[in-house]
Amino acid sequence: MTGFPQLLHAEWTKFRTVTGWVTGTAMATLLVVLFAALAGISSDQKGSPPVPIGPGGEPVTDSFYFVHRPLTGIGSITVSVSALKSGIPTDLAELRSGVVPWAKAGLIIKASTRQGSPYAAIMVTGGHGVRMQDNYVNDTAGPTTGASPRWLRLDRSGDAVTGYASADARHWTKVGTAHVDGLGPTVRGGLFVASPPSVDGMGTRGSVSTAAFADLHTRGGWADRHWAGDQVGAESPSFAGYPRNASGSFMASDGGFTVTGAGDIAPAVRDTLPTGGTRGDILTGTFAALIAVIVVAVLFISTEYRENLIHVTLAASRRRSGVLVAKAIVLGVVTFVAGLAGTLVAVPLGERLAHANGVYIFPVTSSAELRVALGTAALLATASILALSVGALFRHGAGAVTAVIVALVLPYILVAIPFLPASVSDWLMRVTPAAAFALQQTLVRYDQVASNYTPYNGYYPLEPWAGLAVLAGYAVVSLAAAALLLRRRDA
Amino acid sequence: MRAAVHVEWTKIRTVASPLWLLLGTIAATVTLSAGATSVVICTSAGCDGHMTKLSLVGVQLGQAPLAILAVLVISGEYSSGMIRTTLAAMPHRATALAAKAVTLTGLAAAAGTVAVLGSLLAAWLILPGHGFTAPSLADGATLRAVVGSILYLVLIALLSLGVATIVRDSATSIGVVLGLLYLFPILAQTIGDPHWQRLLQQIGPMNAGLTIQATTDLSSLPISPWAGLGVTAGWAAAALLGGGLLLHSRDA
Repeated sequence: MTGFPQLLHAEWTKFRTVTGWVTGTAMATLLVVLFAALAGISSDQKGSPPVPIGPGGEPVTDSFYFVHRPLTGIGSITVSVSALKSGIPTDLAELRSGVVPWAKAGLIIKASTRQGSPYAAIMVTGGHGVRMQDNYVNDTAGPTTGASPRWLRLDRSGDAVTGYASADARHWTKVGTAHVDGLGPTVRGGLFVASPPSVDGMGTRGSVSTAAFADLHTRGGWADRHWAGDQVGAESPSFAGYPRNASGSFMASDGGFTVTGAGDIAPAVRDTLPTGGTRGDILTGTFAALIAVIVVAVLFISTEYRENLIHVTLAASRRRSGVLVAKAIVLGVVTFVAGLAGTLVAVPLGERLAHANGVYIFPVTSSAELRVALGTAALLATASILALSVGALFRHGAGAVTAVIVALVLPYILVAIPFLPASVSDWLMRVTPAAAFALQQTLVRYDQVASNYTPYNGYYPLEPWAGLAVLAGYAVVSLAAAALLLRRRDA
Repeated sequence: MRAAVHVEWTKIRTVASPLWLLLGTIAATVTLSAGATSVVICTSAGCDGHMTKLSLVGVQLGQAPLAILAVLVISGEYSSGMIRTTLAAMPHRATALAAKAVTLTGLAAAAGTVAVLGSLLAAWLILPGHGFTAPSLADGATLRAVVGSILYLVLIALLSLGVATIVRDSATSIGVVLGLLYLFPILAQTIGDPHWQRLLQQIGPMNAGLTIQATTDLSSLPISPWAGLGVTAGWAAAALLGGGLLLHSRDA
């Protein structure tokens, strides 16, 4: 008869004295590091233009057609937008008119035409009414009625920029005031048109939009009387360029302008910055480590049955479920430590190699960084407990290993199948144990950017810890079932 | 050799688990294929061409139970000690392995045929209701995809047998097999560089082999369909050869 501490000690002794299991666990650590190194050295972006970074440090898209004049000190600008038409290329490279919900046409005041510089803008959109946006991430809704033409106004005083909208140029509604740090004394102000890629199936198609502006009036410190038209950020990695046979332009026509543009002024997401890497990419080795961890976990229990050691083990302990719990604790702790060690080495190594190759890695907050490291270790530890329990349930090594690997790894392969609706891949990442990979998400969703926020692109449907809870749920249920069966069943 | 095959066939026939694993192969393949074809959506023209591949997607799951069966054919003997009896009765060890491979080929081909045709039948029943053209066997590329998928399953069984002969322990063997199959596509998904991506898709036993299911855009594939299946065959041959040599030189 032994107490639980002795039981734990016995299981730990078993674990550390079997070379194969220790090697397997060490291999899990090594695989995480090895895959990170491979991910780091295999990508080469040397010499590609830098990713534009917004005032908040996040990667942004800052590519649009800009008709501008310098403005010093206080000033305001008013314009009417009478039409915003978008074109999306078909398979035959012809433009077909369509709705791009976040196509933008309006007024902008921007520190400079430098990529990622601070700005505030008010605009008419393709499907979201009037919006006031500033510094890429901030978005305020204005009137949503479909009145056309729509008058827009921006007032600038120091760092404060206030946006107004009107349906008749007499009654103005204030949409919002943005305090834009770092605008400086002289800014660039004027008209802009942007047209982000249109989401199509699993991918995107570049779009182009044209807006008709009229009744353009300026007051205050506007210099230069002459409007200049430029494509901002033409060579940016977060700009896919114009559709074939289209280009940015502006044309003056009695008191107004017709402006054609593509691109966006918004935070960058995976679709708009496909060359960017993530922590999840660097930690691809988690999948390989999982396989090693699962094999070790199953062997930790199935070997007892095969060698008939289980009779001795169970005879030595009165409470059979205690044996299983002791095994789960030993395995969980060992795997957690191995996983954490791997992650802590892999992330800085992979990042350093990727940076050396000119690859941009999406930034993470330090709390997210900690969550990814601890979460990856917790994912591996929980998976090992699940595998142990399934091994005890099946008492059949190969079957248990296959079941757990298929449940954890196959969903990630299935979400890459083309033509599966996003709802199905989201569902897979909610209900299967693979939901736990949400722990590795570092990308941010933005309501004002239409994109494929799918698991394939690194956006998971569940919150990180909720994802782990799904895997933990499977582990707890199978551990309970295994404990129950162990008590009922003859060994 | 005939006697050896007969012996192996008797061993498999007289226990229950191989039958269940073969049924599992069929059920897993057809279920996943039918599931995928019943949820598919398509927003642009030209999707019909990809329906053959989608109709046969279940092979990616169905190969798992088949791999278990193949692993158990040899590692089951190691864990029970039966291998010593087998090798005592058949002193020419290569013949023993060859007999297992032949028996397994027959079983995998039979289960694979049912699984693949079942998936196709599901596609015929489901796809027209969703406004898609179901793949037709009269089309040469579709026929190649169907026959190729069956061959692919056979090759995966042989690869698993080879790996299990090398590794001997069943749980570890299946871990190695599933790692070889599933890790290449995942790595190819996350790696940014197109050259490495292409290389991984060309050498992975699963992604190279499953190019046999492609019926459109053949020029954009990382490797041509038959060459891809050839890569899988290469993996299987290498594993069997390695297993055979080790079986010959090692004590049982």
